[in-house]
Amino acid sequence: MQFTQEHDEIRRTLRAIIDKDINPHVDQWEEDGIFPAHEVFKKLGDAGLLGINKPAEYGGMGLDYSYAMVMAEELGHINCGSVPMAIGVQTDMATPALARYGSDALRKEFLAPSIAGDYVACLGVSEVGAGSDVASIKTTARKVGGDWVINGGKMWTTNGTQADWMCLLAGTGEGPAHKNKSLICLPMKTKGVQIVKKLDKLGMRSSDTAQIFFDEVKVPVRNLIGQEGMGFVYQMQQFQEERLWGAISSVVGMGRLIDQTIEYTRERKVFGRPLLDNQVIHFKLAELSTEVELVRSLCYRACEEYLDGTDVTMLASMAKLKAGRMVRLVTDGCLQYWGGAGYLWDNPVARAYRDSRLASIGGGADEVMLQIISKLMGTLPRLENR
Amino acid sequence: MKFTPEHEALRQTWKTLIDREVNPNVDEWEKAGQFPAHELFKKMGNAGLLGVDKPVQFGGSGLDFSYAMICSESLGQVNGGSIPMATGVQISMATPALARYGSDELRQEFLAPAISGDYVACLGVSETGAGSDVASIKTTANRVGGDWVINGGKMWTTNGAQADWMCLLANTGEGPAHKNKSLIVVPMKTKGITIAKKLDKLGMRASDTVQTFFDNVKVPVRHTIGQPGSGFIYQMQQFQEERLWAGAGTLMGCDRIINATIDYTRERKVFGRPLLDNQVIHFRLAELKSEVEALRSLVYRACEDYLAGTDVTMLASMAKLKAGRLRREVSDACLQYWGGAGYLWDSPVARSFRDGRLGSIGGGADEVMLQIISKLMGTLPRLGNR
Repeated sequence: MQFTQEHDEIRRTLRAIIDKDINPHVDQWEEDGIFPAHEVFKKLGDAGLLGINKPAEYGGMGLDYSYAMVMAEELGHINCGSVPMAIGVQTDMATPALARYGSDALRKEFLAPSIAGDYVACLGVSEVGAGSDVASIKTTARKVGGDWVINGGKMWTTNGTQADWMCLLAGTGEGPAHKNKSLICLPMKTKGVQIVKKLDKLGMRSSDTAQIFFDEVKVPVRNLIGQEGMGFVYQMQQFQEERLWGAISSVVGMGRLIDQTIEYTRERKVFGRPLLDNQVIHFKLAELSTEVELVRSLCYRACEEYLDGTDVTMLASMAKLKAGRMVRLVTDGCLQYWGGAGYLWDNPVARAYRDSRLASIGGGADEVMLQIISKLMGTLPRLENR
Repeated sequence: MKFTPEHEALRQTWKTLIDREVNPNVDEWEKAGQFPAHELFKKMGNAGLLGVDKPVQFGGSGLDFSYAMICSESLGQVNGGSIPMATGVQISMATPALARYGSDELRQEFLAPAISGDYVACLGVSETGAGSDVASIKTTANRVGGDWVINGGKMWTTNGAQADWMCLLANTGEGPAHKNKSLIVVPMKTKGITIAKKLDKLGMRASDTVQTFFDNVKVPVRHTIGQPGSGFIYQMQQFQEERLWAGAGTLMGCDRIINATIDYTRERKVFGRPLLDNQVIHFRLAELKSEVEALRSLVYRACEDYLAGTDVTMLASMAKLKAGRLRREVSDACLQYWGGAGYLWDSPVARSFRDGRLGSIGGGADEVMLQIISKLMGTLPRLGNR
């Protein structure tokens, strides 16, 4: 994978916004339990960063996926996991299907303002009883006249308390689980949408995560994304990008944490010499850096093959799995060398330790990745043998 | 990394040769404690496989390093580590410095027949007191008239019992350790060379590994490769490719063992169902396969950067480190699922378990890789603090 000046330009533009408009406020947002999504997204939108690989017709840059990947990688410079995750939902989770399959009218109404940073988007897939196991969702949308009438509820919705619209997956018919669902654009101000609570989480403290109920919520039939009954298929396609995003967005954060740990242990003297001079420490940090480069290499290769038109479900799932495993190893490994200082709530390594624990759960748990990989390896037993 | 039809053709040529000439004979060679290097290398030489990245003038194909990497990767299909290792010594350990710096006369005499498969080469670097720590070698070559007079001994010499010539590293002067050594081509039939013994090893049983002694061995001064005193530098350059070779070489061996384990556990029924249907087994195999793909991605990325002219010492050392770690993990984990069958001497997984153990020792131990990575990360303490 050879990067161009344009890739570097995207890195520079994003870095400037992170340094000026994001990192100085992260501590406050973490304390507040929320960050001002509209304000932050508007700045990113003004810089053109919310639609890097989206059609130019709706305000995007129309570039290929490698540019979006570079942005996801660079988000690792943000001093927490919450804000990158919220941005990832906006660019790579809630909008790819709309950009690909939505009608012109629908894209003008929801995609264009999301790219501009005027609208905040959220993704409504997971429910109380269905997360990684998407096929089991219970929320329904039935057609009544010119409307969808939606009932049910969603859970774990990132950006949920601030979002202007949701990319909702709902059951819209009978038949097999992969043919009876649709994706629908749902304005969050619609009557009957109730944001029940902001969830209190172990980490990702500055990201608002909501539980939401739908009680006879009506949206026009034209808010359907693409074909009726294709929602599950679209969502599965959207997952390929979500998984690559999840993997690559972890890489820079891990590298920074290792660098910070090097700095800290170089300064900290124990038994008369820098902690870092202990072979067990600098060797461990070398080993962790090796693993970080493995994740990065896997992402670059998956991206390259994705651009060639290859199905990268296997590599993307492997990257997501490996990233989830590694962020836990890196944050835990580094925290140890900070001693008591690393155990303080506001310490960067403590925050990374809390935030990164989600990586093995969100966007398809590690075990779901293993199941997908097993399936593609042809080793997953038939259902009755599991 | 983009592969071309030429890369694919090279893979195919290797596969055909391995299926026809190598794998049917490996069990017998393992038992004999040696494989017929001249016979086999001649077949490889006839197929153009021993000089893919060597100059056309001396019988090579003049291609770039990515083709040598494909050779290494393809050799992983051999059922055992000995033949890939012996071939690797011939292609990418004993000959790169000669190909790059040797005089035309010297290359005609020793490189050309090594590429055609008429000569078997070995590398004389390690000694009883100096392995990964190359600077400490004790063997000397003193200039007397038009000759080098060599005294000392080498250890761990792969191909040593059958080799026609050795690429020998010896001290040829005074001064700092990295400026007082030279690489010299030594014909193994020269008077004064004693092959003390063929070493009896834990694994790599089909490869002959010897200890050699030099007692006033005379070779002409024109046998010096490049500049006298530059031997250490040449050897260090040679190491970048050797490490990438090692990284690539483990990939298909891991694939092969994982696939064999899938086949075995699918057939083997325990408690009324295939062993493979146990989630703990197919998930573990999926995890291992993910690690293999991560390593493959790192190797390809390092190769691409190397071809672009970047110094890849860091990535190549990381690849070598991970390869050593991973081969042990894969062999050990897979052996477990074979149960007693895997514990039998001739089972492929037991052979991989024995042979693979060398990966973390030969060509620079894991700990040497960690030291190099630490040095490049700027975390290695000054000598006084280690």
